[in-house]
Amino acid sequence: MSVLSSRVAPRIAGPVLDGPKASRFTPRMRLAVLSVIVAIAIVCFLFLFVRGSFAFAFPRRLNMVGAMAVAAFTHGLGTVVFHTVTDNRILTPSIIGFDSLYTLMQTLMVFVFGGTVIANTEGIPKLLAQTALMVALATVLYGWLFSGKLGSLFLMLLVGVVLGLAFDSISTFLQRLLSPTEYDMLSVELFGRLSAVKGDYLPLAFGVCLFAGIVLWKRRHHLDALLLGREAAMGIGVSYKRELTSMLMLIALLVAFSTALVGPMTFFGFIVATLAYQVTGSYKHIYVLPMAFLLGFLTLLLGQFVMQHIFYAGGFLTVIIEFAGGILFLIMILRRGTL
Amino acid sequence: MTNKRLLLAAIVVVVTLLTVASLLVGGYDITVASMVDDPAARNMFLISRVPRTLALIFAAMAMSISGVIMQMITQNKFVEPTTAGTAQWAGLGVLATLIVLPDAPPMTKMLIATVFALVGTLLFVGVLRRLSVRTTLVVPLVGIMLGAVVGAVTTFLAGTFDLLQAMSAWRSGGFSGIVRGFYEPMWAVIVIAVLAYLLAHRFTVAGLGKELATNVGMRYEQIVLVGVAMVAVATGVTTVVVGFIPFLGLIVPNLVSMMLGDDFRKNLPWVALVGAGLLLACDLVGRTVVAPMEIPASVVLGVLGAVVFVVLIVRQRRYVSA
Repeated sequence: MSVLSSRVAPRIAGPVLDGPKASRFTPRMRLAVLSVIVAIAIVCFLFLFVRGSFAFAFPRRLNMVGAMAVAAFTHGLGTVVFHTVTDNRILTPSIIGFDSLYTLMQTLMVFVFGGTVIANTEGIPKLLAQTALMVALATVLYGWLFSGKLGSLFLMLLVGVVLGLAFDSISTFLQRLLSPTEYDMLSVELFGRLSAVKGDYLPLAFGVCLFAGIVLWKRRHHLDALLLGREAAMGIGVSYKRELTSMLMLIALLVAFSTALVGPMTFFGFIVATLAYQVTGSYKHIYVLPMAFLLGFLTLLLGQFVMQHIFYAGGFLTVIIEFAGGILFLIMILRRGTL
Repeated sequence: MTNKRLLLAAIVVVVTLLTVASLLVGGYDITVASMVDDPAARNMFLISRVPRTLALIFAAMAMSISGVIMQMITQNKFVEPTTAGTAQWAGLGVLATLIVLPDAPPMTKMLIATVFALVGTLLFVGVLRRLSVRTTLVVPLVGIMLGAVVGAVTTFLAGTFDLLQAMSAWRSGGFSGIVRGFYEPMWAVIVIAVLAYLLAHRFTVAGLGKELATNVGMRYEQIVLVGVAMVAVATGVTTVVVGFIPFLGLIVPNLVSMMLGDDFRKNLPWVALVGAGLLLACDLVGRTVVAPMEIPASVVLGVLGAVVFVVLIVRQRRYVSA
């Protein structure tokens, strides 16, 4: 029974978006409680267990918290929105290759223009140019993929997954063709890590997140309508194609920034979105989206805290998240018996 | 009919040419004449070129025949060692030996990699049984995800034990390091190939489902286990000697099926041949594009394979609904 209900929940809940169980805790209260917990976690993360100089550790930790916020925002919101516009709850932008596309694009740029050109155009303008290119490419490619010409959703998703694998292979291929110096420059460029955040990107990233937040706030009712399913949403006057295109652009934007800042995280968005659906107690985007952000933020804070102070392996948080997310992914598939 | 004959003859000729090319191309200048006169060239030929070419052929046979066996058992054209997690599990096995028994002889490594591959493939088959919707496209999606999880575990362990570099070298495995004395276990692939040919009809029946297979008097579980074990051995050995060869087991059987129809047994020799040709071609491309350095054949294949895979599934939708 629970299997059945979890599969059809969004559809049935469409008209009554107030969630699977009417609980004493309203979504608003849940959000408030979680916000307080996140605030406490931030304070703990920033001030506890500083070994050595506080003046050295604090700015670094502050950068890290900033990057975590960006990662949680981009992956959490990106994934929930992606789930809504593609009408599936399993595959995420990262799983179908948005991250890989970004990597490929970076590699191609170094390959085509050479390392020196890339090095000479350092800084924010370059990041903006790259992001614009990424948004354009992703919108065209995934817009085509999800335009409905391929028919079935599974087909689109499988093509997406394989495209992701292809992008990875092409990147590896091109990276092999680069000279060692160029490769070095690329690998520095390519992946940020949580433990070594490029602090100067942060303000811009916050700006982008703010922009995305405003766009999503304005479109929240359209997104809610899409939960009814594509046909029903079109029936009540939502322009599906327009929503899809604009949301894919937004997702591409978010992914580009998060990959530049903290590197690719395939299953993180999936964990966060899945948890958010369970915890929020509502399917309305106005509640689910902030919840996804807060949960993602909390996951990263707690994870990094534990890894740093208990296991002394701060660099491996993303790998742990990949592992946990992958396991959760499989459990979900097994429980539901389908995608 | 004559067209088909011509095509098959062309395949034989092309694969033969590729084999000869693979024997003659490389950093050390070897010609037929120099082999007769120059003992150094002859030695180089026997120590490096012959093992490399044989390893390529065996690895190609191993992966494409594994693909055929898995496709027969699961009745799904998109399953093969890398889309079912088998290869990733074998990789985890390789890592496990590097951590626990770093000085183990190659045979031990192969054994452990094979055991891991076996466990992983059984897990995949078990997961498939629990799926209520086993449509053409869900099965490979689940397999790819399983592989991704195992890959994440492998990366984490490798990172923890400072073996990331060793693993990344393995992951983009190539044939450049193969010399005499290292590739010989791959002869086992011949045994697997012959067994696959003998058992092909049983696998086909097993693929029709437990009820039907039992009905016609077959021990279903047993034949599935045998098939999975053969795949595990082939993948395990290939993984230890060469590394990760993506998509070969998927493209080749599908291409051959398009040419010859769906009689797996009749197709098997052609699958082996076309697979060998394709891998030899990828290896030659990898050897010549950035000579004197090399791009591993698996990287070339990853690009080619993904593209062919997408074309295949998009074509397939005309015949099979997801």
